[in-house]
Amino acid sequence: MSEVKSKYLVDERGYFGKFGGAYIPEMLYPNVEELRRSYLEIMGSPAFKADFDHLLKDFVGRPTPLYFAGRLSETFGANIYLKREDLCHTGAHKVNNTVGQILLAQALGKKRVIAETGAGQHGVATATVCALMGIDCIIYMGEIDMARQKPNVERMKILGAEVRPATSGSKTLKDATNEAMRHWINNPQDTHYIIGSVVGPHPYPDMVARFQSVISEEIKWQLKEKEGKENPDHVFACVGGGSNAAGAYYHYLDAEEVNLVAVEASGLGNNTGKSAATTALGREGVLHGSRTLLMQTDDGQVVEPYSISAGLDYPGIGPFHAHLFDSGRGQFVGVTDEEAMNAGVLLSRLEGIIPAVESAHAISALGKVKLKETDIVVVNLSGRGDKDLETYIKWGKY
Amino acid sequence: MNRIDQAFLDKKERLLNVYYTAGFPNLEDTLDIAKALDAGGADLIEIGLPFSDPVADGPTIQESSTKALANGMTLNKLFSQLQDLREHVEVPVLLMGYINPVLQYGFEKFCAKCAEVGIDGLILPDLPMYEYEELYKDVLEKYGLYNVFLITPQTSDERIQKIDELSKGFIYMVSSASTTGAKKGISSEQINYFQKIKSANLRNKRLIGFGISDNESFSKACEYADGAIIGSAFIKLVEQDSSAENIKNYIQGVKSPLS
Repeated sequence: MSEVKSKYLVDERGYFGKFGGAYIPEMLYPNVEELRRSYLEIMGSPAFKADFDHLLKDFVGRPTPLYFAGRLSETFGANIYLKREDLCHTGAHKVNNTVGQILLAQALGKKRVIAETGAGQHGVATATVCALMGIDCIIYMGEIDMARQKPNVERMKILGAEVRPATSGSKTLKDATNEAMRHWINNPQDTHYIIGSVVGPHPYPDMVARFQSVISEEIKWQLKEKEGKENPDHVFACVGGGSNAAGAYYHYLDAEEVNLVAVEASGLGNNTGKSAATTALGREGVLHGSRTLLMQTDDGQVVEPYSISAGLDYPGIGPFHAHLFDSGRGQFVGVTDEEAMNAGVLLSRLEGIIPAVESAHAISALGKVKLKETDIVVVNLSGRGDKDLETYIKWGKY
Repeated sequence: MNRIDQAFLDKKERLLNVYYTAGFPNLEDTLDIAKALDAGGADLIEIGLPFSDPVADGPTIQESSTKALANGMTLNKLFSQLQDLREHVEVPVLLMGYINPVLQYGFEKFCAKCAEVGIDGLILPDLPMYEYEELYKDVLEKYGLYNVFLITPQTSDERIQKIDELSKGFIYMVSSASTTGAKKGISSEQINYFQKIKSANLRNKRLIGFGISDNESFSKACEYADGAIIGSAFIKLVEQDSSAENIKNYIQGVKSPLS
């Protein structure tokens, strides 16, 4: 992790512009404060860096390839590279963060790890590193998501994790997050909470973005090798909470000539009431410890989002992305279920890569941004489609 | 004088503060429960603002919030229900809730409305201290509202001092590391923490909450603080029977001296 200074990153008070902060009840303060005080020092220590780099290389399988997608390039009329996070161990970029946080939990002397998960990818990535380190692991998952993502539930169990259903509220990701926070309140001293995205109270958004920043760090030197320059014209990434996007943008934030394209899930369409496109439908608010953009009623109650992709099915976005939206640094694009599924099939046919439905949203957005033939485009292919086989089968149009 | 200060002047010990969720069990119960609490002998009243994602609360209060929202509770509705509050209720009334609905309503507009209907203080557990100081403290003061902060067994001594400086009315002592309604009874570890805070000579009065449910736990808490707060146990009570008589019997039972 090389140090980046940018006006788009967190300030000393834990804010990205006017977003972020730590809106937490006093019961969580000591846990979060312990992390805030120690995360930079721990992450900056040579021993931590050595362990992190070693695990990313030999356990996760980094660097992931930057692959020139020839037939996709022809189709969209630009030079398109895929950053192959789908080839990470466990099938998605999520493991970059869990490897980092498990080392942090060890350094803090924690005996147990908890995490929330929606589609189950972050849960699997967390259960994986807990198994690796021999640390107890409890994963909270919405009851409805557990039914939708049964194979991932079983994967977590095989890895030795306990999967606890979140039965409150809408029984999906945001409720799993609520339950994990409650667990942390009730077990403040021996437990580390591995949040899976760039959401939550400071320092989580910054910490998770730093762990994921390896993605753009690699893109820079890989692109230099292939194209003779570090900066592409566009970087595309899907945004639920926004961790893969944060990692893909991180080293390009101050390179204003690089267009950062954030792709949100529009579900059945932004006007249907069945969408998760936060920047299109949300307003400033506070959820899960940070001030950010949030889908909510006029009365400030959080709205249940919808997307075919469980990983994008979150009513907010991280404060990192709220700031990119607010400042105009990021270009935000919405992609519907149908567009995403079509793009998933398209990528499978053109390149022999079945993407995660989340990542298929990013592919679909290639058709929504004006591209020149000479443009160099990087799409962060955040995950593979194995977990989504059932979704593809139900979709059926292939 | 703020009614909260008056309550602590009038009564030196064993103050009972009762929390309930606005709009629960029925939408129009809000004012009636406040009246019943006042008449039944509660010394302070905390009305909870329901929120879709109450992370600091256990299942009882969360379910009451979900029900209240399904009943149609909103801040506008609440303020209209409380329009004549001060014709019926004499004891101090605080509103307790998560910050997001308050921000959406407009913080200053919210405070103005509170002052208009006769609310005395706010408890906003997820409002950070530095935000409060920088953005909101002056607004509360402008409308004569007190802001109550929480401390827990894990709160550092240094932070307790800071909270004592910023709090007005009283400090809400969370009895254990838990969400609301999670733990029953009071352990020796908690007694040590109560004792430590008792001897810290804080400027503010102290009320102990979380895990207080009956005469025994109330009396125990009152040995170490100026009073105590009951939430989840009261929610369960009104869910069964929210009649004034039932509420009065419960309050009298909790407050009666231990035999």
